[in-house]
Amino acid sequence: MATTLPFDKPRLRHSGDMALLVEYGDAIDPAINEKVRAVTTLLKRNLPEGVLAVVPAYRSLSLLYDPLRTSPDRLSKVLDELEGHLREVEIPPPRVVEIPVCYGGEHGPDIHVVAEHNGLTPEEVIAIHSGTDYPIYMIGFTPGFCYLGGLDGRIATPRRETPRTLLPGGSVGIAEAQTGIYPVDSPGGWQIIGRTPLRLFAPEREMPFLYEAGERIRFVPIPEAEFDRIHQEEKS
Amino acid sequence: MDAFRVLSPGSLTTVQDAGRYSFIDRGVPPSGALDGFSYRIANLLAGNPVEAAVLEITLQGPVLEVLCEADVALAGADMAATLNDKSMSPWRSFRVNRGDVLRFHFATSGCRTYLAVSGGFDVPVVMGSRATCLKARIGGVEGRALRKDDILQRGAADLLAAQRRLPYRWIPTYRTDIVLKALPGPQEEAFRSGLEVFFDADYTVTSEADRMGYRLQGTPIHHDAGFPQSIISEPVIPGNVQLPADGQPIILLVEQTTGGYTKIATVISTDLSKVAQAMPGNRIWFKKVTLEEAHTLYRNEAARLREIEAFFSGTSDPRSAGT
Repeated sequence: MATTLPFDKPRLRHSGDMALLVEYGDAIDPAINEKVRAVTTLLKRNLPEGVLAVVPAYRSLSLLYDPLRTSPDRLSKVLDELEGHLREVEIPPPRVVEIPVCYGGEHGPDIHVVAEHNGLTPEEVIAIHSGTDYPIYMIGFTPGFCYLGGLDGRIATPRRETPRTLLPGGSVGIAEAQTGIYPVDSPGGWQIIGRTPLRLFAPEREMPFLYEAGERIRFVPIPEAEFDRIHQEEKS
Repeated sequence: MDAFRVLSPGSLTTVQDAGRYSFIDRGVPPSGALDGFSYRIANLLAGNPVEAAVLEITLQGPVLEVLCEADVALAGADMAATLNDKSMSPWRSFRVNRGDVLRFHFATSGCRTYLAVSGGFDVPVVMGSRATCLKARIGGVEGRALRKDDILQRGAADLLAAQRRLPYRWIPTYRTDIVLKALPGPQEEAFRSGLEVFFDADYTVTSEADRMGYRLQGTPIHHDAGFPQSIISEPVIPGNVQLPADGQPIILLVEQTTGGYTKIATVISTDLSKVAQAMPGNRIWFKKVTLEEAHTLYRNEAARLREIEAFFSGTSDPRSAGT
């Protein structure tokens, strides 16, 4: 497979009069996303005047700005300077967030579908799924829903033909070459292989989320008793 | 303190404020008042800080029983509101007393009206904002639209020395033919042939028009050969006009943070209030402007709001009270 390199120079696009889209490449690629993560880290460390929010995505980030306090020209200069800094400063490695998952059984009704589709046993599916760290490329769609990279092709499986009308929050699934977690109860067509007892979106907490884009997720298999224990803890 | 009892909730009435922008990188939509201008004016008329929490009332309004004395202000769509059967036009404040009944009807001009009350609607601040986000079920009253028998609280505040009215020169007119100023992009290169058509055609607002987005119908715009319909998902902002496979534009609003469709243009931020007041069946034209023009309009709008704010802080001066 050909490697996809980040752009030599970021490409800027105007998304209306209050947002600048900054693109670092044109593919879903770990090296490009790493660049997005590095720039996001530096921007958040020292938020430029007039920037209201930094939203990182797969291969780009969006800078939401107040036109009364800054301009695209000024932001473009800030980004140029950042390019220089990137070579000098050390960006800490991404934090790995462990997500306990109870695989199979009532929590993972489709694990046999994934196993059969790929000629594996459920135990092998679990070993493969929990054997990698997944980069969080982007968070969107619903609060805390992360777009993860890095699913092992050996457990890729098509979506269900009929989506389920209600999946409990925490359900872990596979759809084609993607894996992910439904943070809150929602309908969905992914093949569900397990469920985490953690609340991935807890609005009443000071920090409502457990992770951010650029970090990594590691799924840790837990037995049902452990699921019940944590689930109980999270409710209180 | 208890301010209102909901006797009938209307078609979609929610508590909103300036929105929740601190978690858009975690997929939490900004929410907030869709018509930012009327929202701020309602607060100024009620004597509140400009970004206090209000009720956003959509299309078919609620019926509210007043539970304590307060000043109330309306701004936005005309919903033929009545206070104990006395007609109450928008863009002014009025005193209400315990036992009064405030009744809204169907919007006759515009689509959304904002009701501000002295002290602002007092609901818990969730993740930095009081705005209701139905999708995330947070903010406002238990993260949902109002229901019959809800009791709405307000903050403590001094009542107005004199009722307020927005001078006529600042009152917007809601037309059924609407021109929206827009910037090309962010993916205008995918529509080299379609861009001109887009800025020339007229579109009709369909019934699929809500806080998530406004789906339009008209001349379909297609991608140039060689450009895929979907792109690698990226952050979206209110005003982005995306084009799905059928070529019919959708103006994205405040309940979504990312998306994977190409966006031909973006409605400028100062024209989003016009989208908020557009009704199904209204016609829309997009008028191309430059970024410089958009930023000038942005500064003018901010200056206008400061002027209105100064006007009212003048009338609250005891020397001019009662005039």
